[in-house]
Amino acid sequence: MNRKPNRGLALAGAAVVAATLGVHACQSGSSGGVGAGSMVAAAEAVYVPPGEYDEFYAFMSGGFSGNLTVMGLPSGRLLRTVPVFSQYPENGWGYSEETLPMLETSHGFVPWDDAHHPELSMTDGVPDGRWIFINGNNTPRVARIDLNTFETTEILEIPNSAGNHGSPFITPNSDYLVASTRFSVPIPNRDMSIEEYRGNFKGTLSFVRANEPGNMDVAFQILMPGYDYDLAHAGKGPSDGWMFFTSYNSEEEHTLLEINASRKDKDFVAAVNYRRAEQCVSEGVGRTMPARYTHNHMDEATHSAVSEMKTEVYVIEPSDCSELVYFLPTPKSPHGVDVDPTGQYIVAGGKLATVIPVHSFERMLAAIEAEDYEDVIDDIPVLTYESVIAGEVANAGLGPLHTEFDGRGYAYTTAFISSEIVKWEIGTWQVVDRIPVYYSVGHLMIPGGDSREPWGKYLVALNKITKDRYLPTGPELAHSAQLIDISGDQMRLLLDFPTQGEPHYAQGIAAELVMNDQTQFYALSENEHPWAARSEADTRVVRDGNQVHVVMTSIRSHFTPDNIEGFRVGDEVYFHVTNLEQDWDVPHGLAMIGAETAELLIMPGQTRTLKWVPDAPGIYPFYCTDFCSALHQEMQGYARVSAPGSTVPLRWGTGGSWNTN
Amino acid sequence: MSRFATQRLATLTLGLLLAACTAAETADAPDDAFDAASNRGQAFIADASAEPNILAIALGSPDHSTLVAAVQAAELENVLVNAGPLTVFAPTNAAFDALPAGALDDLLRPENKQTLYNVVTSHASPGKFTLELLKDGMQLYQATGHYVDVEVKDDGTYVNGAKILATVPATNGVVHVVDQVFLLALN
Repeated sequence: MNRKPNRGLALAGAAVVAATLGVHACQSGSSGGVGAGSMVAAAEAVYVPPGEYDEFYAFMSGGFSGNLTVMGLPSGRLLRTVPVFSQYPENGWGYSEETLPMLETSHGFVPWDDAHHPELSMTDGVPDGRWIFINGNNTPRVARIDLNTFETTEILEIPNSAGNHGSPFITPNSDYLVASTRFSVPIPNRDMSIEEYRGNFKGTLSFVRANEPGNMDVAFQILMPGYDYDLAHAGKGPSDGWMFFTSYNSEEEHTLLEINASRKDKDFVAAVNYRRAEQCVSEGVGRTMPARYTHNHMDEATHSAVSEMKTEVYVIEPSDCSELVYFLPTPKSPHGVDVDPTGQYIVAGGKLATVIPVHSFERMLAAIEAEDYEDVIDDIPVLTYESVIAGEVANAGLGPLHTEFDGRGYAYTTAFISSEIVKWEIGTWQVVDRIPVYYSVGHLMIPGGDSREPWGKYLVALNKITKDRYLPTGPELAHSAQLIDISGDQMRLLLDFPTQGEPHYAQGIAAELVMNDQTQFYALSENEHPWAARSEADTRVVRDGNQVHVVMTSIRSHFTPDNIEGFRVGDEVYFHVTNLEQDWDVPHGLAMIGAETAELLIMPGQTRTLKWVPDAPGIYPFYCTDFCSALHQEMQGYARVSAPGSTVPLRWGTGGSWNTN
Repeated sequence: MSRFATQRLATLTLGLLLAACTAAETADAPDDAFDAASNRGQAFIADASAEPNILAIALGSPDHSTLVAAVQAAELENVLVNAGPLTVFAPTNAAFDALPAGALDDLLRPENKQTLYNVVTSHASPGKFTLELLKDGMQLYQATGHYVDVEVKDDGTYVNGAKILATVPATNGVVHVVDQVFLLALN
């Protein structure tokens, strides 16, 4: 397609406009577009030659898909979709018997959530590539994804929470991740009038132990006034030991928040000294509350998830633990709260504000020391705005939301309404560059851009509106993202690419921190699944009343057994399939006609179980779904189902010889 | 050229007619900049819509040609098609005519572009304040950070002393036509 502009037309258009308005109104600053010469440069900047790798992994939240999407940067290529809070027919996640417990909650099996914020584990304030966490916004949960396997290995439900939006932001050494509740609710939850919100509905800030796989747990919760707690970020360097949470709706309204929660000039950033909280917990000033919430984790040895119900949670209140929480007044319903790489500045994005306020950690400590309070709310001191503010960034666009950093002294803030990214200098608070994005940007991501050491080369704008960015696909469109080069003085648009679900937030990390420690297959010798078959000699079929367990193997290019007789209508059949391959990238699948779940996709050395309830006598074929070899199409089998009460004996085999019990 | 590309070109033409400046004029964008109309922003794309957005309402009103000129000169078109929601108080041409002689011409000078931007955005309030939500004694927060008073009198609703003459619902908010220009941003 011809990409050259029609200059004659452009000039004619300009003449018409100039004549109409009699003014010249061109804006200075970056145009956002690039010329033909720079188009070639942009193409070169994002081109990853065949056989070579991207520089960065980008982990995009799948938003309302409940998944996590893994992409490469700068190419924008999709590498993987990791199901987290969702069922995923592609590999049977949330359908197979081993993975079902991962989606258990106190409300029962909840196979969907709204996944907003991926958060990489950190060591010394820098992403370390061990795990990535993500929150479930709707039925409050946090999940751990192992970056050796790219599999969700742990999900913890958050009690006393509703709308787990401010999560799972992590402390510099991954001691804790936090979960702040968007909706304040009665705690403990009870039947009461919504109109009695004020004073009765409370918020919680939960601190979850995160650095021990398989043992995520709520260390403690802080009970807060009934505001909406929105986002959070940990302090670092000098501010290590503090966690900052935004809140809005300090009006404590429960209806028509778009009007009612915007009345006050300022809401708050809540600064929490979590080392102080640890002291209070150890002194026992809080209380243990009854609660019901699940902890689910994937046991690596058995390849099976376990779900347990927890029954209590430890809660502390600011009234019982002085010097725990301080409120920093922050203009107009702040949304994002972001701490600069030095840990000195706390940037809040007031989504209705006209400036970006930047709080100083040092000044905050001085104001605390001087008891420079403008108010005290529920035993929480409100520090004087003028005493804690380091500066305000003016002309920062309309609707500032989120800020990340390049590690070279600049900050980048998204503006939703004016649909742009604004670059400003830390210290002078002056805007130095701006670039339009398409359209209405929410979060942005610079790899490591919320850490102590950002990789300040690329920025990804995560946009809410797509409209005409790609070939149209009817009413529903993929959300758009733009890749922007931030290595120079001026931002430069490089690439536009579609994403999956809602890429609400994303995180990025240098590829070498993840790619060099990948699990390529699971050792068969370590497979402790109770129905594992470590060789074809282990295969068998076991009847236990109406439950029939088929202990089965797959290897290129057959199942053992591949002929099974003796099933009866009314049976519950469990196909426990172990993939005997011990080689990278040789999954096998299993699909059973009429199964009400999905296929299984079984990684080498792994065991997965498909449940099948045959509904009529007959012969039922099954097959491998993953194209495993040249004789993949031959990888098939037959199951014979007889009528209830049939005397057809249970027998099974591969290659013509039958086995019986 | 594909059908889609043709449509893009048609959109581009519209975009250029609407825009107050072109790629050829913009100081640091070379004249061979991306030609995709949508790289100029949401205001410049073809978009089927059952109801008009705030910009389309203004463009379609002969009584608001001065406001439209000011919006274009301040390059605020994209803001007025944004998802919003926004409440825009739209002064009529008569309201602009009532400004002191030379004031409007002054605002439209390129060197006053930022002031013009502030004057125009001081007419917008984040949130969708329909007429029935505008209560006597209320203070409305404007996109510039100013507050304006709402008064409900016998003969109608006044905002910042300006009378609401008509109200038009928009896909991305609401437009209240007013009889005075807000000069908050000049004080």
